[in-house]
Amino acid sequence: MATMTYRDALNEALREEMDRDPDVFLMGEEVAEYDGAYKVSKGLLDVFGDQRVVDAPISELGFAGLGVGAAMAGLRPVIEFMTFNFAYLALDQIINNASKLCYMSGGQFKVPITFRGPNGPALQLGAQHSQACETYFLHAPGCKVVTPATPADAKGLLKASIRDDDPVAFMEGELLYNFKGEVPEEDDFVIPLGVADLKRVGSDVSIITHGKMVHVALQAADKLESEGIEAEVLDLRSIRPLDVDAILETVQKTNRVVYLEDSWPYAGAGAQVVSIIQEEAFDHLDAPVLRVTQADVPMPYAKNLEALAKPSVERVVGSCKKVLYR
Amino acid sequence: MAKTNTSSEAKTKDVLARHGVTAKIALELMQEMLLYRRFEEKAEESYAIGKIGGFCHLHIGQEAGAAGVIKVLQPEDYAISAYRSHTQAIAKGISPKAVMAELYGRVGGVSGGKGGSMHVFGRDARFFGGHGIVGGQIPLATGIGWKIKYSGENLVCVCFMGDATVNQGGFHECLNMAAVWELPVIYVVENNEYGMGTAFDRVSKAEISTRSVPFDIPASSVNGQDVLSTFEHFHNLTEEVRGGGGPRLVELRTYRFRGHSMSDPVSGTYRSTEEVERHKEESDPIAILRDQLFAEDVLDRDTLQEMDATAKTIAAEAADFADASPMPEPDALYENVWAETNAHGRLFFDGQRT
Ligand SMILES: Cc1ncc(C[n+]2csc(CCOP(=O)(O)OP(=O)(O)O)c2C)c(N)n1
Ligand SMILES: [Mg+2]
Repeated sequence: MATMTYRDALNEALREEMDRDPDVFLMGEEVAEYDGAYKVSKGLLDVFGDQRVVDAPISELGFAGLGVGAAMAGLRPVIEFMTFNFAYLALDQIINNASKLCYMSGGQFKVPITFRGPNGPALQLGAQHSQACETYFLHAPGCKVVTPATPADAKGLLKASIRDDDPVAFMEGELLYNFKGEVPEEDDFVIPLGVADLKRVGSDVSIITHGKMVHVALQAADKLESEGIEAEVLDLRSIRPLDVDAILETVQKTNRVVYLEDSWPYAGAGAQVVSIIQEEAFDHLDAPVLRVTQADVPMPYAKNLEALAKPSVERVVGSCKKVLYR
Repeated sequence: MAKTNTSSEAKTKDVLARHGVTAKIALELMQEMLLYRRFEEKAEESYAIGKIGGFCHLHIGQEAGAAGVIKVLQPEDYAISAYRSHTQAIAKGISPKAVMAELYGRVGGVSGGKGGSMHVFGRDARFFGGHGIVGGQIPLATGIGWKIKYSGENLVCVCFMGDATVNQGGFHECLNMAAVWELPVIYVVENNEYGMGTAFDRVSKAEISTRSVPFDIPASSVNGQDVLSTFEHFHNLTEEVRGGGGPRLVELRTYRFRGHSMSDPVSGTYRSTEEVERHKEESDPIAILRDQLFAEDVLDRDTLQEMDATAKTIAAEAADFADASPMPEPDALYENVWAETNAHGRLFFDGQRT
């Protein structure tokens, strides 16, 4: 095992995949000469040259679509959005083209493209720069959505996403880049998409979550432990494909569930998971499934309001106790 | 501020007359630019001690654009901009106190602290934001132009954007529509040569002033560090647009003296320290105007110092006001998401508020 940051783990994944497959290229704003706005692509320009590590103008619709066309024609693009907030400009290309081309063409075309970049609320960046964007990508059949929480997951899942023959929205935690963790040193460390990971084993209540919120869930579980409650934390890792078996397994074990996410509640990932649980594991539930989410408002700038808007350890602890009727 | 000005123009007399600017207006422009400089420096200071958070983009070095362009507008005219807009908001008539309090995230801010540095809005001042997504304001400006024409008003809308913004698709779509419908919109590109760490010509082929050629929109380019040139240019052009002349594209050639935002370096791989220092020496808009006014004998050192003291006082008072203003009440979290509640359906879905 090697200890490294989430940022470095992503950098290694890009390096290895670009090394392995000459059809993989990286394009986005500031990715080459500036090493990426969050320094994820540091040093790649020197290694792979400006044909494969390409600075784009601020033209999200254009370069995302360029990637889709290049993917149809046989390349394997990695398109970086400086943050996923700016991917909204490219939603037409991602939803109407990338996600539907395989189907519309009766399977003639595959679109092996990875859209990646930071996602999720950050610190006092306000309504347009601080939001979890996954629901938009989740909603469309044809697009896969991956949300790594640790350096190991970041590396293994990015490698899998780049190799995947479908469009993948690979959503990195904006506040996780400096987060350190152990990453296996094996030659080709790939984590398949669609496999959830039990980040903590417990028997009293299940916190199911994805992305950066995994860390909030783990903190909540620590707190609960000090009060004699054993919480299990299931990290979905990818929300499409979704590891339904792992979800059902934890429900059957603890019979009580809280879904935690930092996107809005309406029609989000949590809503989908709750729907699956009540359809397929209704008889195993001892309490209604609760969700802890970002407040149902655009992100306010003011520090105190922002803190109220975000999911907190306290809110997760409170919800866990509620489903335990404590 | 640079000590000397190398521009030969400043040394020639009659610079005011040549630009058609009265001494009174020139002195007002000076006072305004000093305020914008001191206001931004105060914001910088407040950011450093954690009173302001998130992204904060300063206009230091580019003040002549805010002063010279907005000075020619009527109070009812509209202006809209991106995130580097504190000074433009003040120029359009929002009080420095309310802008600073917004940067602090306090109740006394223009939006009660909900917007922050990138999102300064003032409906009464007809300053329509404060937009964080590059190019997001351009369609809005076009819509404001549509409204002006629709209602038969004798007004204009000024839309500020950065150089890197002209590569967004929406820019081209909107120029076409503004041309087709002859909308009274002045699209102003503040060309400070960089979009974050990317020099304009590394990712752009055509010069900015050629970008409106396909739409038959007259374009022009002006020295945006020389506030007198900027004022003169916009004075004439705004009246053409107001008179039904259709949209215009103007490039303001300028330079940013600070990093892209407070969290970015001033110089680095993308531009050298020497380059920044040279611009500060040679093209500081305040120093340029100062030398012009000294040469004209309409300003002396003492008066300039007084004016600067006034600017510093206003900036300090803005910060004091912001600091004294309370944080928003928790209830504010759920206010203003919609303009109206609905008697029939449920609006909120997070279990905290129903
Ligand atoms: C659509 C979108 N893409 C990327 C960004 C990130 N970003 C913020 S400002 C900026 C550079 C803009 O440069 P320019 O238009 O020249 O304005 P300046 O900052 O120089 O005033 C970038 C890339 C964004 N805010 N919105
Ligand atoms: Mg610029």
